[in-house]
Amino acid sequence: MTNDPWLRALLEGAAVVTALMTAVAWITWLERKIAGRIQSRLGPTMVGPFGLLQPLADAVKSMQKESIVPRDADALLFWLAPPLTLALALGTAAVIPFSPGLLASDVDIGVLYALALSGLLSFPIWIAGWASNNKYSLLGGMRMVAQGISYEIPMVLSALVPVVLAGTLSMGGVVRHQAEHGWFVVSAPGVGFVAFLVFLLTALAEGNRIPFDIPEAESELVAGPTTEYTAIQWSLFAAAEYAHSLLASAIAATLFLGGWDGPVLPPAVWMVLKTGALFLLITWLRWSLLRLRSDQLMSLCWKLLVPLTLLLLLGAGTWVTLAT
Amino acid sequence: MAVSGSVASTGAGPRTRAPVPDPHLDLERYEADADLMTLSLGPQHPSTHGVFRVVLYLDGETIVKAVPHAGYLHRGVEKLCEKLSYSNVVPILDKNDYVAPMLNEQAACMAFERLMGVEVPIRARWLRTLLAELQRIASHLLALGTFAIDLGGALGGGTSVFMYCFRERELILDLFEELTGCRFHYNTHCIGGNRHDVPPGWPELVRAALATIEARFDAYLAMLEHPIFADRTRGVGTIDAGLALELGLSGPNLRASGVDHDLRRDAPYHVYDLLEVRVATDSGGDCWSRYKVRVDEIRESLRLVRLLLDDLPAGPLSSTKPLGVVSQFKATTGQVYVGIESPRGELGTWVIADARKATSPYRMKLRPPSLHAVAAIPYVLPGHTLSDAIAILGSLDPIMGEVDR
Repeated sequence: MTNDPWLRALLEGAAVVTALMTAVAWITWLERKIAGRIQSRLGPTMVGPFGLLQPLADAVKSMQKESIVPRDADALLFWLAPPLTLALALGTAAVIPFSPGLLASDVDIGVLYALALSGLLSFPIWIAGWASNNKYSLLGGMRMVAQGISYEIPMVLSALVPVVLAGTLSMGGVVRHQAEHGWFVVSAPGVGFVAFLVFLLTALAEGNRIPFDIPEAESELVAGPTTEYTAIQWSLFAAAEYAHSLLASAIAATLFLGGWDGPVLPPAVWMVLKTGALFLLITWLRWSLLRLRSDQLMSLCWKLLVPLTLLLLLGAGTWVTLAT
Repeated sequence: MAVSGSVASTGAGPRTRAPVPDPHLDLERYEADADLMTLSLGPQHPSTHGVFRVVLYLDGETIVKAVPHAGYLHRGVEKLCEKLSYSNVVPILDKNDYVAPMLNEQAACMAFERLMGVEVPIRARWLRTLLAELQRIASHLLALGTFAIDLGGALGGGTSVFMYCFRERELILDLFEELTGCRFHYNTHCIGGNRHDVPPGWPELVRAALATIEARFDAYLAMLEHPIFADRTRGVGTIDAGLALELGLSGPNLRASGVDHDLRRDAPYHVYDLLEVRVATDSGGDCWSRYKVRVDEIRESLRLVRLLLDDLPAGPLSSTKPLGVVSQFKATTGQVYVGIESPRGELGTWVIADARKATSPYRMKLRPPSLHAVAAIPYVLPGHTLSDAIAILGSLDPIMGEVDR
């Protein structure tokens, strides 16, 4: 490795993004296979063995298609939204600890950074909805904003529970604390587990996954903010969605399931296993649940989850005080 | 002209004529251009169930006014019927309610038979009942599946239920294919009876298919009926009995509003008078009730098909000779209205005969139940959000082929 910190950061960033995008490509395959099995279909089978090359075929297809910008769209914003979405989704990866040594940057406000970046995710989607100059897109963007202000607060509050329990905002620190004192999902009585569920639920809302894919809502808004998008720009949105699901699973695994901590197997394998298990759970939920309505999500978040997470936070504080 | 042999549809109970509220009243609160967004939903939209357009006036996401525009699928079927001979009319009606073609054929054949005084042998009437009930299962399965998609999107749990429903519907289409050679537009009914007799081994195939459907049905209903589904359907799109009657709703949509009315029991045809049809009703009038009534009807139809299969009587399948010349079927005078219970409600056929054109109907008027379901839209949608609008459209289960004819 070189000693130049800038070059080092660039190389590491490139490595993380490449690994992540590769993972994203094949989790789309995995999701389609699982969805197929759930629906008594086979999923992709034609391209490569078990359809394994399907993601590549899809990527090539979407790249060689024409990128259409509607005449009345705000072209600059229209072009800006998809890469911005993907960038924000991938940015979270910088602070996720895959193993004690494999961590792009263990900043001491890692949790805050991850939450802030993913909190910004609703903006490019709103931008896309506005710039498309399409009524379905606009409604989708509007729903995204409404959704954003609803899930964000319980999400941050539930993520604060492990922070309070571990006494640090560093992702690596949270994992090291769990390695010593047990995973938060079981160690703090009840509090950790409920906070984990709330975090997972709000992560679904953040990633626009069923039951909270309200901004996209194919059966109502055609495709929501992405209605007017074609070709590679649309694929960027899709990739961002999968990247987000994957990274949200990784963050949940880090904060609540002990991250890389685990017996026998190497740390990185544990992290991948936990992330994969959570991603499978999200996929399973997606292909078996229906969609909530926008106002139902808002009342769920504001009337149930916000008071609940405040109580959890109180519980976590009490537990830490009693334990020390 | 004398009305001969008409089947009067009997309304159950006194009809409460509650004044229908003006759906456009709320509009006065708004300066039309300033506050409202107009959204033209359709004609190409994933959830309009065919080519159908509703213009929605939205205040935020709340619908203030809804104006349905039908007619994109108008093919002039009624006019076409005046040009075709009686026997040739039957197959083109398959394309009206393309989800339940068997019932369309039956409605036309029954009307023509009554008009000409043609007797239908018991075996044919028995088989017609059997096919109607099988078709009802297939049609309701499709309604259920598309309703789930409307609630859950094309990429999610809704599609899973949709795929299960279509898998089961496929079994019934296979049975029809075995019987008639066609999966969709069967042309199996003719004036005076049926064209295709039951092939050897078919009853066993039916029983096997029914067993499969019954075994799987509860599993995915359990998957569907979770709290999210209840939240999305209960209290959404409520149509009370008065409005339902005023609009001329029929079938599951009417029974979900608490009106106990089913032509299979109230004005029996085929061999329904020999069966005891248990009519499913629900009092809610909302999307949940309409879903529930359809589910109960699937169960009832499964039971009826089993009963019918057990003693299919022997005998001729048709009282008329295979078609030789066009002038084989003639009617010189009279008019007939026949209403039958299609999966969507009262499917009416009104035929007028005239001596100047004895080989084809002088005038033919169809009463498609879906048209009345679509007519409910301006009354039901206002006050609901866009998401609910899609759920309500799905729960009314209109088929555009028969709305537009």
